[in-house]
Amino acid sequence: MRNHTTIRRRAFAAASVLVFTLTTAACGGAKATDDDDKPAAKPAESCVDVSGDTVKLGFVNSLTGAMAISEKTVSSVLGMAAEEINASGGIMGKKIEPVQEDGATDWPTFAEKTEKLLTDDCVAAVFGGWTSSSRKAMKPVVEKHNGLLFYPVQYEGLEASKNIYYTGATTNQQILPAMEFLKAEGVKTLFLAGSDYVFPRTANAIIKLYAAELGIEIVGEEYVPLDKDDWTTQVSKIVKAKPDFIFNTINGSSNVGFVKAYTDAGLKAETTPIISVSIAEEEAPNMGASVEGQYAAWNYFQSVESPANEKFIKDWVAYDGPSDVTSDPMEAAYISLYLYKAMVEKAGSFDVDKINEAADGVSFDAPEGKVVIDGENHHISKPGLIGKINADNQFDVVWSSDAPIEPDPFLKGYDWFPESTRDALVKAAG
Amino acid sequence: MDSLIAPFLNGTADGALLLIAALGLALTFGQMGVINMAHGEFLLAGAVCAFWTQQVVASTDVSILVALPVAFVVAGLLGLVLEATILQWMYDRPLDTLLATVGVSLALQQIFLQNYPSGVPVEKPSLLDGQIDVLGYAWPLRQVFTIVLAVACLAALGALLKYSSFGRRIRATVQNRALAETLGVATRSVDRMTFFIGSGLAGIGGVAASLIGGTNSQMGTRYIILAFLVVVAGGLGQLRGTVIAAWTVGVVTAYLADWTTGSLAQVITFVLVVVFLQVRPNGLFTVRTRGLA
Repeated sequence: MRNHTTIRRRAFAAASVLVFTLTTAACGGAKATDDDDKPAAKPAESCVDVSGDTVKLGFVNSLTGAMAISEKTVSSVLGMAAEEINASGGIMGKKIEPVQEDGATDWPTFAEKTEKLLTDDCVAAVFGGWTSSSRKAMKPVVEKHNGLLFYPVQYEGLEASKNIYYTGATTNQQILPAMEFLKAEGVKTLFLAGSDYVFPRTANAIIKLYAAELGIEIVGEEYVPLDKDDWTTQVSKIVKAKPDFIFNTINGSSNVGFVKAYTDAGLKAETTPIISVSIAEEEAPNMGASVEGQYAAWNYFQSVESPANEKFIKDWVAYDGPSDVTSDPMEAAYISLYLYKAMVEKAGSFDVDKINEAADGVSFDAPEGKVVIDGENHHISKPGLIGKINADNQFDVVWSSDAPIEPDPFLKGYDWFPESTRDALVKAAG
Repeated sequence: MDSLIAPFLNGTADGALLLIAALGLALTFGQMGVINMAHGEFLLAGAVCAFWTQQVVASTDVSILVALPVAFVVAGLLGLVLEATILQWMYDRPLDTLLATVGVSLALQQIFLQNYPSGVPVEKPSLLDGQIDVLGYAWPLRQVFTIVLAVACLAALGALLKYSSFGRRIRATVQNRALAETLGVATRSVDRMTFFIGSGLAGIGGVAASLIGGTNSQMGTRYIILAFLVVVAGGLGQLRGTVIAAWTVGVVTAYLADWTTGSLAQVITFVLVVVFLQVRPNGLFTVRTRGLA
């Protein structure tokens, strides 16, 4: 005969153990590796071999896990750029031989795969990463081995490494233009909604300082963990605060929860519009509710008119990728490979130090317009654009910066940004 | 006024969804003593059913109604398969069911990742687009729908357990399997049916959850831990405690999120439940049985 009380008691003990394990596992997963952040005394000897007629390049993207939706496209477009470059003669006459690795939406995995690419596969450069956590995990690895990483996504700034090139926007190329747009729209009150991790927290710290400078009042600030979708409570606070605009720094599928809660609560683009920094052409049709009339700040839209963009879209549609739309991070990944080619050819070498010496001023006629590398901070100049989502889930450009904006990752050219805050934020971002 | 009423209503709706997820566990864990970690993935399966029906049925309003029975049956069948292939040999070893079903849970998540068009959520039915005014707070209809669904599930399950002969057989099997068997109850088929219903309820929870956010592989994991805590805190073996615990957790989290932040509210709720379990390890209500424990 069974003893049910014992079974239940055991079941309860088991459940407790399990809850503990799952929680620790979940927290552990989000942490970047604590590899030694200090630069190694002397970088390991490079094993890159370009004596043949090929050059190996590593791509690290999450092909599985929650980030796969975004990163698969980046991996695809990198593949397309490599094929294009190979078809037109390669880099300094050498054909690109891509080595793809799966970062699996797990930050320590990004670090391990990068290490493997640099030391086992001996690739000349690594391309990839999406979340800031993945970049922060790869940073000490590329620095230790004196490798090169090309990171294609907009991020929170306050970083520069001689071993990383950032081809997405930094704060002063995306978030500050968005604030200038809001000012021009006559916005008086702003609500900040973000996912609870480093990018939104840092971005909002900067937004609050700039808002004070511009005379925009922040009437609320809410965060929800990345892995939680339910925005109901936070949205009811937005309803109460009645802001002129919502600044959205939410990332990933949590955006869907936000947009659903927003429509659930009866909020509308006409009265309480949202400006986002992570909803692009691919995400807009997949929000679970209409986002027509909402805004986004980027540096590239599919709707941008340029001969380079026409070609880019045509090639992408013809290429066997996961979708037919183009977006900002895709474009930034696409141009990163071309910029690398231009840098290598200017340097006349695949050697990292020589490439770094030659980097300053290297340019490319990108789909977004001409971009130029800043040799000092390894970011690129970019035009700031604000788009409004139309019925086809494409973006109509409603505002743009007068000229490409020079990258200023540490916001040194803005006197409303105090030195002490910068130091505190850099420290907090680790 | 609406600063007090909004979290209450939001929290009640959150609690309702948690209750649907926990009801199934109350059956499979509370009654049968099986720790099914794949319960969350049955919920995910329900969300996938909501997506499928939306591909087939054009009207979002009709599709969500079709999705409910479909999700119940699909998740229920998944439960049956799990019971028949793995769990039936482990009724005496709850810790082993835990490990085995964690494996099943990971496998199901991977199957989902390989096959589901990533990032595509379930569209919101247009019927649920409105709000109703409650003391100045525009209460989203989506939340009302969730509560109605939870009450319906609870009433149906409660009636089934209490009034039907099948319910009597379940209770008899739970209280004393050997005696039930000698009285002619086919306990194996009772096990299977209980598991089918418990898992099916997770499917319905999945349909309701798919209206809140995106459909992704982590969806089930988000609810499973809290659902287990709710079942344990409510007290195993009966539904009353589960209802009260789910509702309390929902409302308390909502007020905490209103006063503090979403992240902090989650942490505090977990701590509160754990502290509560220190004080009352057997949960709110305990069932006294004549088992020779």
